Amino acid sequence: MSEKKPALWLRIYTFLVYAYIYIPIIILVVFSFNKQKLNIRWEGFTLDWYNKLFNDHQVLLATRNTLMIAFISTIVATVIGTMAALALQRYHFPGYGASETLMYIPIIIPEVVMGISLLAFFALINFKLGLVTITLSHIAFNIPFVALVVRARLHGFDKSIEEASMDLGANELVTFWRVTLPTIMPGVLSGAMLALTLSLDDYVITYFTAGPGSTTLPLRIFSMVRFTVTPEVNALSALWVAIVFVILFISEYAQRRRA
Amino acid sequence: MKKIRIVSIVMLLALLMVACGAQKASKVLNLYAWSEYVPQVLLDNFTTATGIQVNYDTYSSNEELLAKLQAGASGYDVIIPSDYTVAIMIKQGMLEMLDKSKIPNFANLDNRFTNPDFDPGDLYTVPYQWGTTGLAYDKTMVPFEPKRWADVWDPAFANRLVALDDEREIIGVVLQMLGYSKNTTDQAQLDEAKQKFLDLKPNIRLFDSDSPHSALLNGEAWAGIMWNGDAALAYRENPNIVYICPEEGCGIWFDNLAIPKNAPHLDAAMAFINFVLSPEASVLITEEFPYSSPNAAGLEYLKTYDAALYQSYMDFPGTNPPSDFLAHATPIRDVGDATTLYDRIWTEVKGEE
Amino acid sequence: MITAEISEKTIHRFSLKKALRESPVAQGLFLMGPTNTYLIIFMVIPLILVTALSFLSRGTYGEVVYKFSIENYVRLFDPLYAKILGYSLLVGLLTTVFSLVIGYPMAYYIARAPARQRSLLLFLILLPFWTNFIIRIYAWIMILRSSGFLNSFLQWIGIIHEPLNILYTPTAVLIGMVYEFLPFMVLPLYTSLEKIENAQLEAAADLGAPPWKAFLRVTLPLSVPGMIAGTILVFIPAMGMFVVPDLMGGAKTILIGNVIRNQFLTARDWPFGAAASMLLMVLTMVFTLYYTRKAGFGEELLI
Repeated sequence: MSEKKPALWLRIYTFLVYAYIYIPIIILVVFSFNKQKLNIRWEGFTLDWYNKLFNDHQVLLATRNTLMIAFISTIVATVIGTMAALALQRYHFPGYGASETLMYIPIIIPEVVMGISLLAFFALINFKLGLVTITLSHIAFNIPFVALVVRARLHGFDKSIEEASMDLGANELVTFWRVTLPTIMPGVLSGAMLALTLSLDDYVITYFTAGPGSTTLPLRIFSMVRFTVTPEVNALSALWVAIVFVILFISEYAQRRRA
Repeated sequence: MKKIRIVSIVMLLALLMVACGAQKASKVLNLYAWSEYVPQVLLDNFTTATGIQVNYDTYSSNEELLAKLQAGASGYDVIIPSDYTVAIMIKQGMLEMLDKSKIPNFANLDNRFTNPDFDPGDLYTVPYQWGTTGLAYDKTMVPFEPKRWADVWDPAFANRLVALDDEREIIGVVLQMLGYSKNTTDQAQLDEAKQKFLDLKPNIRLFDSDSPHSALLNGEAWAGIMWNGDAALAYRENPNIVYICPEEGCGIWFDNLAIPKNAPHLDAAMAFINFVLSPEASVLITEEFPYSSPNAAGLEYLKTYDAALYQSYMDFPGTNPPSDFLAHATPIRDVGDATTLYDRIWTEVKGEE
Repeated sequence: MITAEISEKTIHRFSLKKALRESPVAQGLFLMGPTNTYLIIFMVIPLILVTALSFLSRGTYGEVVYKFSIENYVRLFDPLYAKILGYSLLVGLLTTVFSLVIGYPMAYYIARAPARQRSLLLFLILLPFWTNFIIRIYAWIMILRSSGFLNSFLQWIGIIHEPLNILYTPTAVLIGMVYEFLPFMVLPLYTSLEKIENAQLEAAADLGAPPWKAFLRVTLPLSVPGMIAGTILVFIPAMGMFVVPDLMGGAKTILIGNVIRNQFLTARDWPFGAAASMLLMVLTMVFTLYYTRKAGFGEELLI
């Protein structure tokens, strides 16, 4: 792209859009320290809501559930999705077209349809709704996203290093492990991050497949937004935001160090 | 590889943190109830007394409860269905019979509320709270003080009403306003109700079953069709809130504790129900969610526990309905196949732009 | 003796590892296998189930009655549902158009920024979206309601005297939807725009084209794949949304997503809900197939 400085109006415009994106979050965080319960006017600084949050058993349980589901579904989906990406990007086999289409269906289907179909499915086979059903559902929608991202990475992959490795005597497995995987690792990690985000954030599909004691943070936050409407929700949101920022900055920093 | 290391360390830390925070309780009770209905302090007291940890999942309507249970969301131990839902559940064999010997606090109940027509003999349920569905308004904000349901159709209320997001309740209000039965299955009457409902829609600012009093309190709405407890909560924050049972009649409902069939923790469930019926638990409920209490012993205890609260409970028509409220109050009853007719009206009106 | 020989030979002949090593087809199938298996179990079968369900009927108490009927589909032809579907399409369309209009200049700016700034800028767009979806909507509710920030601010600086009625209207829903979907539009647009080479733009300039013309004739057409990818990523989920209309629209509007959800959780008419889902799915698939064929589903769409 041209190195010419973009027009002033464009810069201002972009800044405004960033503001549009960030202002709600800033307001949310600021008001988590608000003394007033009803969240209308500012009444004074307090950490009460954070305190309440840490003693809230429901929230702690939801956090534990959300994290467990996210980690497990991310790991499984990343492994399976990466394999699928490799398959689609480098091999030809009978049923290629069908496999590719099949894999992209979860991306294309509206979430509500996927949610109710899974609900119906679990109901039919009499499988108890709970953490397991949520995790299984998350894996289902995560696999295609991981595959998509990894495929994009594989696209410019130069096979000659693999060939070189094999010429030097390594077999497929070793080549894969020592040469291929490290090279595509950024893509795999991006895919994993995407899967993690999707899982942590998921509301609709989780809503349909959740059972007793398996409430997740998005579900819990939804309840809190609808019912409690006290700054405790803000505190939870602010914490979530803070943790996310910290993790992402750490990973960005690490990435830059590597580069 | 540094990135991987960092990410994995963070993940491990997070897992550790969370694992320590919420240890798996060996004894657990799964409660599935309306949101804003069971005080956390009551659950905590129960845990302290019995060592059983309570998981509190929520639903916003009886229909949601029924749908989830029918869909196979098993594993719940205690649920709180309303009268007509109990009737459906009993018919479908969805409830466990209660072992009264394990629920001695049953005696605390006011016997006006025991042996209801939807559960003769109290075989499956015990009353939890009861109440009315009426009209609440902020007397300083409304253009005039409404006395009848018909009043809120007035254009002066344009876009200033909050209504429960509950098709049976709201369509029921429209039917009552027209002088028909809240549980009619007559197509002509329902068609008329649909038209009237469409006329009301411009006045409705939002539908909300979860926290309708918030809209009243933050000024979004000036009046609302809501349950008595919501109105009472609003009244506590703003003494200008008035709750009435309009002349055409309001709704009346009874919520009950019940145990779904094949609940995994049957004994814990009975123990919980017994605990809730104790006077100490009863006052906690009234403190936090001021619906009407069927617990006579609880109300008696309230006199000494918190005299001011007792007084305001008795004074506020939401919590302590006078007889003229109850004279015209109608409960919701299941209408079987006609449910789809109501649902259709609901969809049509909401879909109307 | 013979059995031992034969079994040894068979073992030798069929070594999984060997087969995998030597046959690329086997390798491909092995790698693709888990995905196919998983998705067949947890996606294809549930969807087939839903299809089957759409041909059944509802019982008196909301159970499923195994009686074949196409009544559900007939019901869908009712003008009521056509209207709801139309409205959902409209919401999806508006969300897409607004995201496109708002997001394009932004994507353009980032694509033209110096290389090391680019990833930071993209990162900054994504950052808020790592926070929870519901939280973000709640933030908007706080801002848009009568006693919320926007109104307080505007009243404070004297532009208005009465609070603006934004929350619980279709406008609020649109604001919320665009907010949610903006990154899904910006990212593919950026990918597309980034690929446009300086050389082409310089050539245009050399040939005497003014910047705006270069933009219209060169940049815009070349960014079409990005626009298409963004459209798919925004339009489809937007159409099926029910959470934003519920929370920010005061539950006053019914979109097709709400209809489906209601059938499963309120009206308990699963067969009808299944039929509505089928309808939505078919529309989605048709739309996607049409557009991907147009774009030539290729690398341009991959982020």
